[in-house]
Amino acid sequence: MSDKQPPKQIDRRYIFLVLLIGVTIPLIFPLGFKSEVSGLSKQVYKLVEETPANSTVIISFDYDPATVTELQPMAKALIEHAWRKNQKILALALWPQGVQMAEQAFADIIKKYPDKKYGIDYVNLGYKTGGIVTIQAMGRDFKEIFPTDLKGTPYDEIEILKNVRNYNQIGYIMSLSAGDPGLKQYVMAAHDMFKVKVSGGTTAVSTPGFMPYINDQHQLYGLLGGLKGAAEYESLIGVKGTATSGMDAQSIAHILIIIFIIMGNIRAYKMRKL
Amino acid sequence: MKRFLPLLITFIVGFIVISSEFIPHKPFNSINAGLENWFMIISGFAIILGQLSLIKVNSSKIINKTQNWQYYLAGMVSFFVMVLCGVLWGTQDAPGLLGNGTLVSSWLGVKPFEYLFNNIYQHLSSTMFALLAFFIASAAYRAFIMRSFESNLLMIAAVIVMLGRTSIGTSFTAWLPQGWRFLHLPNIADFIVSFPTNAAQRAIMISAALGIVGSSLRILLGIERSYLGGGE
Amino acid sequence: MSQFMTVFGVWLGAYFTFSIFSFLYKDNPFYKLAEQIFVGLSAGYWFIYTIYSILIPNLFGKLATDFHGNIMLLIPAVLGVMMLIRLIPKLEWISRYPIALVVGTSVGISMLRYTKSDILSQMTATMINPFAMETTVEMIGSIILILGTVFCIMYFYFSRKQEGILGVTSKIGIWFLMVSFGASFGYTVMARISLLIGRLQFLLGDWLHIIKP
Repeated sequence: MSDKQPPKQIDRRYIFLVLLIGVTIPLIFPLGFKSEVSGLSKQVYKLVEETPANSTVIISFDYDPATVTELQPMAKALIEHAWRKNQKILALALWPQGVQMAEQAFADIIKKYPDKKYGIDYVNLGYKTGGIVTIQAMGRDFKEIFPTDLKGTPYDEIEILKNVRNYNQIGYIMSLSAGDPGLKQYVMAAHDMFKVKVSGGTTAVSTPGFMPYINDQHQLYGLLGGLKGAAEYESLIGVKGTATSGMDAQSIAHILIIIFIIMGNIRAYKMRKL
Repeated sequence: MKRFLPLLITFIVGFIVISSEFIPHKPFNSINAGLENWFMIISGFAIILGQLSLIKVNSSKIINKTQNWQYYLAGMVSFFVMVLCGVLWGTQDAPGLLGNGTLVSSWLGVKPFEYLFNNIYQHLSSTMFALLAFFIASAAYRAFIMRSFESNLLMIAAVIVMLGRTSIGTSFTAWLPQGWRFLHLPNIADFIVSFPTNAAQRAIMISAALGIVGSSLRILLGIERSYLGGGE
Repeated sequence: MSQFMTVFGVWLGAYFTFSIFSFLYKDNPFYKLAEQIFVGLSAGYWFIYTIYSILIPNLFGKLATDFHGNIMLLIPAVLGVMMLIRLIPKLEWISRYPIALVVGTSVGISMLRYTKSDILSQMTATMINPFAMETTVEMIGSIILILGTVFCIMYFYFSRKQEGILGVTSKIGIWFLMVSFGASFGYTVMARISLLIGRLQFLLGDWLHIIKP
């Protein structure tokens, strides 16, 4: 019988501590690594860039504070890009917390664009439940689904909505989505039924699941995936936001995870040898 | 009748919805439009039902003084405080029963409902999910072991994607000459995601959709009745 | 006063952040309390926004402004109340009617949309000509995409024993699935770490002012 002791498993709290330190240090002392922009983010950028000025576009805030780190920078970058192109934004939400996320995003960006007016350049239509059923209903009659905006102003009294009846008057839909309902439902109902251009951003967890929609039929016009996607879009529009500043910490964390995997495999190998 | 009539309603409504796709004329389109609006309103009531169920369940735990009943009491207090703030002073853009709460807003900087959301709810929600970062690190150490060819494939793909989707991975192979750029880590990661991953995800999507169509048909035809719940 | 409350709010956020993080050491009363407060606030938030964003504008508001023109809305209103009756165990059966309407609508729409978007469109998207691609990498990738999709679908065919040619193609399909799960794991790590980064950006930036938020 072998006298050798099996290698001890490291208490997971030490792993937590190492990860915490590993992620904190690059936030305080940035490393300055440069990242490249992927083709998927460039497709999203191209969609916004090539949509004519004065087009009315939809940004759907389908996420909650749990995923704000990944999706809020995307929202702010998309709002800024749309406003640079003089596009008019209809904000809505299929998640109730999305309403607040929209308000916060507009509050941040409007400081850079003080000439943008509520009701003329953008409007927050609020939250509606129903997922794909509601998205489909919007394609027939916007006013039926949104009789008022978030402030209670009737649909017909809102300047930006004067010529908007359904998706035919919409340039594109951007859905920032953390799950269901969200981007998938917009692809199914808005694009595949009503042929409106759909793109957006998702959390990194969901990104592989949306890859099949990037195809010749343009079910999706590109996709922003996770914090990296947000950082890529920020670099495309020339803004250094929270996503960009988080990428160094992301890099170090990934290296640490790989090190943990190697350590775990070394331990498993030693256990097998014993 | 208690079970038969709902099954009949499901079938008729589903039939109208499907028919309106192929016959987009009256009466199918107008009935379909009505159903879509009603769906949203009834879903709203369903959400209210969820909150009332929560109150019912937590109340019984508090009344019966089950284990940790004090925490459930804190939960109920939080619920009522949030609802009260929303009802009395409204949300950011909508007034409440007491108007827009100008005086309270001047003390807090924002309306009480916003204050609770911005300073408590938002942080609780974000931090709950941030815990997962630590657990995935622990799982990577304990469970991600290379045992077979398939697990090796999984590991290699994971490592390439983890490195390729970060800025540090870009710097590892940034020195490669133009002719060898297909071996650049971000490009390999993009290739893995765009092609083999895409293929597998597409197959999963098609297979899942076939399952959804099958189960939808079973529900429409009344074969699947679990949504009606138990009882007679 | 509002400035003090703003700073107090940041400290509240930091307190609740650490309450949740304390679970990493071990379960404790701070975590349990924060968890239940989260549940309560979340339920309250949903309640308020359901009333303000859906029931008031889409039901009560329409009935108040034009009752006769919107009289049909009384039907979903009654169905909604029937839904709420589910709370009374003896009358639970009444809620089956609105549930039936909701299920029928969503099932009908799901059948149509999933067939179009997730079956027909995906099959069409797989029928590409790899030899018409611009670069060699795209050509190889397209061949992998077509073969991978077919082999993975063959793996999911469980109605027949997976042996012979089906066994070989299923095995290759499993390899594609493993690569996909590996990539998904990589993305999952990215997502989870991002959430931690967000919290640290708040603590270091908004709370301690060590970094610029």
